[in-house]
Amino acid sequence: MIPPSFSYRAPATVSEALALLNESDGEAKVLAGGHSLLPMMKFRFAEPALLIDIGRIPELKGIRQVGNRIHIGAMTTENELLESALLKEKCPLLPEVVRWIADPQVRNRGTIGGDIAHGDPANDHPATMRALEAEFVLKSADGERVVAADDFYLGTYYTLLEANELLTEIRVPVLPPGTGYAYKKLKRKTGDFAIAAACVVLSLTGDKCERIAITLTNVGPTPLRAETAEKLLTGKAIDDQLVEQAAQLAMEICDPAEDLRGDKEYKIHMAGEMTRRAIREAIDRARGRK
Amino acid sequence: MNDKQEVTFTVNGEKVSVDVVPRELLVHTLRERLNLTGTHIGCDSSHCGACTVDFNGRSVKACTVLTVQAQDAHIVTVEGLAGPSGLHPVQEGFQQEHGLQCGFCTPGMLMRAYRFLQENPNPTEDQVRTGMAGNLCRCTGYQNIVKAVQYAANKLSARSV
Repeated sequence: MIPPSFSYRAPATVSEALALLNESDGEAKVLAGGHSLLPMMKFRFAEPALLIDIGRIPELKGIRQVGNRIHIGAMTTENELLESALLKEKCPLLPEVVRWIADPQVRNRGTIGGDIAHGDPANDHPATMRALEAEFVLKSADGERVVAADDFYLGTYYTLLEANELLTEIRVPVLPPGTGYAYKKLKRKTGDFAIAAACVVLSLTGDKCERIAITLTNVGPTPLRAETAEKLLTGKAIDDQLVEQAAQLAMEICDPAEDLRGDKEYKIHMAGEMTRRAIREAIDRARGRK
Repeated sequence: MNDKQEVTFTVNGEKVSVDVVPRELLVHTLRERLNLTGTHIGCDSSHCGACTVDFNGRSVKACTVLTVQAQDAHIVTVEGLAGPSGLHPVQEGFQQEHGLQCGFCTPGMLMRAYRFLQENPNPTEDQVRTGMAGNLCRCTGYQNIVKAVQYAANKLSARSV
């Protein structure tokens, strides 16, 4: 399968890329790692007139700490996230999630920016970004804005990103010591998308849950945040009964699409189970047991 | 839109230039223009790994890379593995341990093993399985592939001592 015809440009700087986006009047697509876009083009689900390859822009690469946040260039590959000593120490949730994404070859091309900006609810970074309360830097020829991951996802393949905008940087928090975290993903085989996955980030004071974020992958048109479950657990000592109630509340917000991975009932059930496991593992980690 | 672009890169140590339209995939350039037909097209959708080549020191699936993205790249294909002194240790491993039956997935397996053993020269069995997880084989059941990679790991580490 060969994609339909298109023009190709590979700008060397962000400002050149933004100028090309501005001129293209919505007819262009940005090419990051290409492991979602090129398959979609092969199937004619996407037929852009112009591909703007941002793979030759050095300023879009790299991982660095700025105060209590880590700034990640949008073109940083999944394997670069996996290999980052900084992330391993300061935001270990991220490399943990990456291990569940695709396979070694795909992780060499696939980028965090592409995974986030594509708007596919099956991708793993979006729910993680919501749980981390990350921020995204969106640039256009007119300037830049910083938006919250929590506000970014509007629908399937539909995000806040305008046609003339480029996601240039992802900002995630440095997780304070004692933060509990977990990403639990059920998938059929290597490289597959989640049947359902749950992400939890929490902090405890003594036995009490000070703060918790619970988000879900691939069980709705966007990554979901289980706010009622978060509210239930906040301020309480989490026991088995509360874990169960939180899982039930998380299941209530699920609206997965039926496909070969399973029907709705099964996927919702699995989302509940992933939620239980993620909460338990995050608590164990917060208590230093794991 | 159909304008050809000249793309220059290195394959197996040799500099090549090709004129391609932007939609041409790297795997087609390798096979059809450069006659390097060792790189196979399996699923054509970045799942099976039969088209794995070494690209700037990383394993990639050549069915999901545009040739225009390869400007200035250093590429190694299965044809570049064997040297004047014979088979590369990963090739020898697949031969010695019967790491193939039909052989269709083998070039991709070899190219992934070649890079994987540079990333992790002394892998455990589990690490071999995870490291080779992007390559599918429908014949062997993987057991002998894992042994072949371990054979190559031993041979390579003996050579570097």
